[in-house]
Amino acid sequence: MKLLTHNLLSSHVRGVGPRGFPLRLEATEVRINPVEFNPQFVARMIPKVEWAALLEAADTLHLIEVPKEPIQGYEHDEDFLRKMHHILLEVDVLEGTLQCPESGRLFPISRGIPNMLLSDEETES
Amino acid sequence: MALPCTLNRYLLLMAQEHLEFRLPEIKSLLSLFGGQFTSSQETYGKSPFWILSIPSEEIARNLMKRTVCAKSIFELWGHGKSPEELYNSLKNYPAEKMIPFLHSDSTYKIKIHTFNKTLTQEEKVKRIDALEFLPFEGKVNLKKPQHIFSILEDYGLDPNRIPENPHNIYFGRWIADGQRELIESYSVKKRHFIGNTSMDAGLSFIMANHGKVKANDIVFDPFVGTGGLLIASAHFGAYVYGTDIDYNTVHGLGKTSRKNQKWRGPDENIRANLRQYGLEKYYLDVLVSDASKPSWRKGTYFDAIITDPPYGIRESIRRTGSQKEIPKGIEKCPESHVPISLSYHLSDMYFDLLNFAAETLVLGGRLVYWLPVYTPEYTEEMVPWHPCLELISNCEQKLSSHTSRRLITMEKVKKFENRDQYSHLLSDHFLPYQGHNSFREKYFSGVTKRIAKEEKSSQE
Repeated sequence: MKLLTHNLLSSHVRGVGPRGFPLRLEATEVRINPVEFNPQFVARMIPKVEWAALLEAADTLHLIEVPKEPIQGYEHDEDFLRKMHHILLEVDVLEGTLQCPESGRLFPISRGIPNMLLSDEETES
Repeated sequence: MALPCTLNRYLLLMAQEHLEFRLPEIKSLLSLFGGQFTSSQETYGKSPFWILSIPSEEIARNLMKRTVCAKSIFELWGHGKSPEELYNSLKNYPAEKMIPFLHSDSTYKIKIHTFNKTLTQEEKVKRIDALEFLPFEGKVNLKKPQHIFSILEDYGLDPNRIPENPHNIYFGRWIADGQRELIESYSVKKRHFIGNTSMDAGLSFIMANHGKVKANDIVFDPFVGTGGLLIASAHFGAYVYGTDIDYNTVHGLGKTSRKNQKWRGPDENIRANLRQYGLEKYYLDVLVSDASKPSWRKGTYFDAIITDPPYGIRESIRRTGSQKEIPKGIEKCPESHVPISLSYHLSDMYFDLLNFAAETLVLGGRLVYWLPVYTPEYTEEMVPWHPCLELISNCEQKLSSHTSRRLITMEKVKKFENRDQYSHLLSDHFLPYQGHNSFREKYFSGVTKRIAKEEKSSQE
């Protein structure tokens, strides 16, 4: 699971609503997966990122050199975009859990794939 | 309506396959590249010859880099219902438009294609010679000419009634071919990871084109299966997400759909499918998830949602169920023991899909999905509706004598306000489709057997 994905996921446990974001990340196995750098794509993603959630996840994984916020003129700043490319797309959580911050419910990640299934009783109607 | 003279006329030679899907594909692609569909003919029906006005050759070339419905495009220099009409038409084509391609330093070749008829070599040469009046000054080069010109003769569509003379003759400068070779190179037969309902390669590219997918988009498939639809979008440069309720399919485990194999190998998962075609960099993630209970945070981040939801025939329609449901109708998800209900109604699924699309698509983003119908009862009112989504096209593909599926394309035209606001509105609109909740029963009912029997006896 990439950190870009983590940034878009939220718990849908009954009653939590917007407090289901962000999911608390715990990783037992992480891999760095080189991905071809595409500055246009990274630049497109920057406005979609919830920065506080990204910083929290990056911190959990002990990542270094994480920009604290998007800088002015980021679209043309290759250094900034390369850093964001690495953080959002190259860090892959293979094993771990995502935890709903409100209810504590755990969603497992195995082989890099999160399992978000909840039973009827657990989800919002 | 008079067409502006700044637009040039082009002849599209269409493939005679997926007839209903062709016009929406061309329209979607033209709008993607800043053109607009303008033509003197509104309906093309079954003909493979389409005359369009396109603002520039660049737009025409971009169109051909994407289309799988069109074989070739030509800059149209003349056409007519007879050779005389063609020659007159050519004499009226502005000389200054011809000269750049005919001057003495260039090389060229003239080809002749006939449709629904075969000509002898002698007949072909005669027709090419008849064009001597054109100011060709360059040298003929049959191997690697700079410019290729084509005569196309249309002898109709009925192989049992071939006319003496063609209905139409066209002459034009060849510009480019379409992407029909993708159909073979991405064929499901050669793909590493397939499922029972993997989409035919040609249709998956048509879906990506109806969806106006472009480079650097994010495309999502909520019923991803083995990822076939993601491959087409990735080929066009989009980054892809998929979810599926089936743990085994998402992880690439369990029984294979291949004939001589029992279990899936290590190369059989969605990521490996993209890797097979050199598209792994476009793989974002896949998740095990119930499309009716999405786990995406509030926001608009999908440029397109392209999907083939289950019809309940070869794959069952499922959603996560309740612990209280009858044990007979429940499977357990292997990893988290979440019960999977087998009684999710078809109309509920489309309700959820359209709401989800309205909420998470960017403005102008498209939803492309298949809708199965029981043909004897189908009416246009059955096509699911949503106040935020505009219906762009509805194309039928026959599945059997009384069932078909329709490729529905919708575009988000209005901002999504509030989830609750839509529930009462939409339930009324989905009532006509309620009948299709029994699509599965109708498909397998005695009606099928009776019709098959009647067809068989009428053939004997």
